[in-house]
Amino acid sequence: MNFIHRSRIHAIALATASLAGAFATAESITVVSWGGSYAKACVEGYHKAFTAETGIEIKLEDYNGGLAEVRAQVDAGAVHWDVVDVELADGVRGCDEGLFKVFDPDTLPAGADGSTPSDDYYPGAITECGANTLYYSTIYAYNAEKLPGEKPTTMEDFFDMERFPGRRGMRRSPVVNLEFALMGDGVPVEEVYALLDTEAGIQRAFDKLDTIKDHVVWWEAGAQPPQMLADGEVIMSTAYNGRIFNAQVLEKQSFVIVWDGQVLDTGFLAILEGAPNPSGAQRFVDFAARPSSMAGVARYISYSPTRHSAEALITTHAETGVEMRPHMPNTPENAKRVLHNDWQWWSDNRDDMNVRFAAWLAR
Amino acid sequence: MKVGLSPRLRAAGLTVPLIAFIAVTFIAPLGTLLTRSVYDAEVAEILPRTMAVLADWDTSGTPSEAAYATIAMELLRARDERTLGRAATRINRIESGLRSVVVKTPRRLGRDVGTEPPGAETWRDALVAIDEAWGENATWRAIREAGQPFTSRHFLNAVDLETRADGSIAAMPESRRIYVPLYLRTLWVSLGVTALCLVIGYPIAHAIAHAGSRWSTTLLVLVLVPFWTSLLVRTTAWIVLLQNQGVVNDILVALGIVADDGRLAMIYNMTGTFVAMTHVLLPFMVLPLYSVMRSIPTRHMDAAASLGATPMQAFRRVYWPQTLPGVGAGSLLVFILAIGYYITPALVGGQSGQLISNMIAYHMQTSLNWGLAAALAAILLLAVIGLYVLYDRVVGIDRMRLG
Repeated sequence: MNFIHRSRIHAIALATASLAGAFATAESITVVSWGGSYAKACVEGYHKAFTAETGIEIKLEDYNGGLAEVRAQVDAGAVHWDVVDVELADGVRGCDEGLFKVFDPDTLPAGADGSTPSDDYYPGAITECGANTLYYSTIYAYNAEKLPGEKPTTMEDFFDMERFPGRRGMRRSPVVNLEFALMGDGVPVEEVYALLDTEAGIQRAFDKLDTIKDHVVWWEAGAQPPQMLADGEVIMSTAYNGRIFNAQVLEKQSFVIVWDGQVLDTGFLAILEGAPNPSGAQRFVDFAARPSSMAGVARYISYSPTRHSAEALITTHAETGVEMRPHMPNTPENAKRVLHNDWQWWSDNRDDMNVRFAAWLAR
Repeated sequence: MKVGLSPRLRAAGLTVPLIAFIAVTFIAPLGTLLTRSVYDAEVAEILPRTMAVLADWDTSGTPSEAAYATIAMELLRARDERTLGRAATRINRIESGLRSVVVKTPRRLGRDVGTEPPGAETWRDALVAIDEAWGENATWRAIREAGQPFTSRHFLNAVDLETRADGSIAAMPESRRIYVPLYLRTLWVSLGVTALCLVIGYPIAHAIAHAGSRWSTTLLVLVLVPFWTSLLVRTTAWIVLLQNQGVVNDILVALGIVADDGRLAMIYNMTGTFVAMTHVLLPFMVLPLYSVMRSIPTRHMDAAASLGATPMQAFRRVYWPQTLPGVGAGSLLVFILAIGYYITPALVGGQSGQLISNMIAYHMQTSLNWGLAAALAAILLLAVIGLYVLYDRVVGIDRMRLG
């Protein structure tokens, strides 16, 4: 009797526990990303599929880059983010500082064609704290409607005030602009960073920027350049290629991207040291690394995968049916003159260049 | 009879929560901030033995083999403990380019390193083979400098000075001088905004204080509604109005005052900062002025007129002196708010309208150089206190009235 009684209680307890477990499938992770059309592309591209497959809910938050918040959370021991979408320079820096978990490359899923990750990924895409998820590019674009007559085609044209008078939009940051300035001054791609390693090279870049300084409108958020081009506030502007693409296909703007001299950049999904749900975060990062996830993002925004087998899966834009391949930064026609952003150089020189850039702006 | 606490002491006890609150929310953070500007022991903690060895170094040439062996060991350990990046960031601030040298050194040394230098006769050779920077005097000076827990570096940087290799203090090269011009600009903008607020706010306050009660309520609400509206909304509203293709430019073009290709640049520059800041801060001028003006009987002006004063004389000699406490209060309020202003210049200031607080935010959020941010903020704080004291001496703080 006693025994039966006890076992019954036991059974009830078990049932309650499993019931509670069923309700608690509210297992969730907090993912922090860049917002706007990019975040939307990720949600549609693979977040939904991830939740459907694993039952783990994704709480999405926006941020504007940088490590300040991550560092504040980790230092205070009160981490409430699980995964953060970082640009490569920040990711490597955060990894060196112990803010992000070192990841195990063996957990990366195999390629769509069965190839091993190390063969499938582009060279250098697998770093200590994560594998790069996509390539995006900083280019310059113009609004064909507002720029009658001759059209710019090269990086040199961006700096040519005589043939193309009018205001330019540029990001308020030395990053990418110094590279643009040197390429616009005729420096070959492979010599840009070697030149920037010298004082004369830096001076040359700033001197080149000086020639257009009075005509530049500076932007900060990625959403600004398409707006400025549409309004006619500027005749051409540097921008992220995905934002221009969105304006082209969704808003039917007659923007044209000049791919010459594009600066290619990348980033990865980092898991915070001390993340509240590390196993969920790991599953998410692994899911995002699947070729199908990468190709899913590429159905919504023109940022290209970092895996060869994912590239093969690229099809058309999900909403408009536009062929995506011609809009990707590393499509051969677009990639005739490409500079790969040297995060190593920038992590060494960013602070110094920022001060110099601010001093130059204020002059 | 039982002797309790004296009533006075008990009354004082009531202020304990307040004092505790101020200590926790104001004095403690301020103290931490000021400490950060002169004290940072991170590198000293990550590379303690290297610092001990370098303490005996005469700072010429490169240090002894012992220093090379010690730093190699400590860099390897820092990599395993994942503190390497923190040390590298701080060393890089002193000498740009050393971040990658510090980070790659243990990576190149590999995993299982014993006490013998791998693939070289000496640790010196091993490190120089990894990067030539290890053979340079400047590298070791930077490491030694970064290892000093107490430093005046941030305060020197904050006023565009640096310590030269020979220990003398000199001005930064011109291409890197930024903070002193920014402080001056901040001061100038704050004074300008205060003056504009006074010129615009004085007549408004006067109108509210002396209009009939119905009008006065309406006018007061018109001042208060923007005051209650989000700062961001008001600032972005100015962008809509003033931008190149904005409402104001459109009207000017439609009226033929400016040509379509000669639209005025009124935003993303100093003009934008001035206009938006003046608008945002105007209520802080109007409200103290209004409360002071309301208490001035209109009879005073009538009396002055009946004694033969012209309206101008009556204003200058009777009305204006009575409003001075309000002018003082409003100006001080606006000025102190303006000097620390951050969001508005960041949004509408463009390249020429940035203020010192934008630089502080940059070092807090982006470069993560909290020491320098703290030094910049401390100088700003000192400047405000200095101006407050000056104001007290010249005008007298007891003459200020907020209402």
